[in-house]
Amino acid sequence: MYNPQAENIIVVKDLVKKFGSFTANDHLSFEVKKGEIFGFLGANGAGKTTAIKILCGLSYPTSGKLNVGGFDIYKEREKIKRNIGYMSQKFSLYDDLTVFENIRFYAGIYGLRRKEIEERAANLMQKLDMKEARDKLIRSIPLGWKQKLAFSVAVIHNPKIVFLDEPTGGVDPVTRRQFWDMIFETSREGITIFVTTHYMDEAEYCDRVSIMVDGRIAALDTPDNLKKYYGAGSMNEVFLKLARVKVK
Amino acid sequence: MPAIVVEHLAKHFSKVKALDDISFSVGKAELFGFIGPDGSGKTTLFRILTTLLVPDMGTAKVNGLDVVKDYRKIRQDIGYMPGRFSLYTDLSVEENLNFYATVFGTTVAENYELIREIYSQIEPFKKRKAGKLSGGMKQKLALSCALIHKPSVLILDEPTTGVDAVSRLEFWEILKRLKNSGITIVVATPYMDEASLCDRVALIQDGKIMAISTPSEVIKTYPWSLFSVKADDIFTLLNDLKTFPGVHTVFAFGQSAHVSFKDRGIGEKLLSEYLQGKGHSGIKISPAEANIEDCFMELMIKT
Repeated sequence: MYNPQAENIIVVKDLVKKFGSFTANDHLSFEVKKGEIFGFLGANGAGKTTAIKILCGLSYPTSGKLNVGGFDIYKEREKIKRNIGYMSQKFSLYDDLTVFENIRFYAGIYGLRRKEIEERAANLMQKLDMKEARDKLIRSIPLGWKQKLAFSVAVIHNPKIVFLDEPTGGVDPVTRRQFWDMIFETSREGITIFVTTHYMDEAEYCDRVSIMVDGRIAALDTPDNLKKYYGAGSMNEVFLKLARVKVK
Repeated sequence: MPAIVVEHLAKHFSKVKALDDISFSVGKAELFGFIGPDGSGKTTLFRILTTLLVPDMGTAKVNGLDVVKDYRKIRQDIGYMPGRFSLYTDLSVEENLNFYATVFGTTVAENYELIREIYSQIEPFKKRKAGKLSGGMKQKLALSCALIHKPSVLILDEPTTGVDAVSRLEFWEILKRLKNSGITIVVATPYMDEASLCDRVALIQDGKIMAISTPSEVIKTYPWSLFSVKADDIFTLLNDLKTFPGVHTVFAFGQSAHVSFKDRGIGEKLLSEYLQGKGHSGIKISPAEANIEDCFMELMIKT
């Protein structure tokens, strides 16, 4: 939920990232509030992935001030990594490990104890209605289950923020909505959601949305305000109005 | 003669029925869409149509040619864009295009007119390695390569997956123009909103075709009364609607929820009173027209 009074969980000020003469992120500045669902949209090649890598502590910015989860991006990268979760469509679970082995692996990486892992794994199976799949290989379970499991694993260590990079690509429309139910629930528990998507109806589920065009943030507001401002009926129209002229 | 005729096609992989008795036909210069999620059988079907896979049962014909017996001839007639980017990432844009032209015994110059509009957008980067292109540019190069031998049938497997909304729109504009030039196009997509851009669509799930018709006809088959509901707190709204007596389905659609009832006697008034009782504010209820996604989800539940 977006609460303007809540504490800032991400603060980005004048983030610049250059690759040679190419500027991928051109003075990005924004804040994300604790517990908010923040949509990070943009055309392919607009600079989203570059920014996410920096926010996750995987790459240094060229310049700018950044604080993620209360930690400085230059000095406290390891603390940042321990306090965030990450899930993408392309990389999440290990195909040749079982459901339980994946949970144990990720929970172990984040330093959960054996007993905690057993407990949380059991809870998860119950919640996802996947008890009979506990010892099945990931490659053998349906895509919808994988996505939900991948999300649950990304928040198993109770991170402050979870980054979701196109989490719902290719999933059927019913599963996609169940996935968003999980996102809503998680955000109610106080975990901040930072999500990218190409499904514009999903942009409307976000508390606030930023739209990147050519390495800059071209717009940032609630979906309602953006639609009003651009005289658009949907976020799809807003996106097309902002991004269309630029992409050639 | 239709461009594609498929009858009782089936294919399984060990225990999984990837295609379960599929029949359909596609007319010449028709833009035909297969709408369905990952794992629904789209790719298996396309691999059979492109002669890369042999079916267990049934027949498939492209331009009257059988996909098993006449596979060599069919390959000359079709252009195929697989779901995974499969051009040579360490060759340049130009080298990839030349390679595909040569394999099919033609030259880029000979068929340049056909790809000019698409290729001209990436031509400024023709020396760049294909692996270094952005998503939208990769997609344009892949389409150029699929078109360079002037096929009469184009088979495109999820060309717009992972592609942003602007590039998607432009891609569909290109498809429209190719169709108008007489090319038959069969395209798969997980994006339900792209269905309306096709002449006809097949909704596919678990290897079965659930519906096949024009987009407007599919929508007409939606059987229940449907409302669009808004309230300030969408998450609680969705949960409360699910427990409303007599409710059939509740699905989020952006900032509103689509609620369906089998009982046409349930109207806005009852619903509004219920939500007020639950303490909701900013309630807006209006009758809604079903879209392809509503229909798809209804068919998914039924089967």
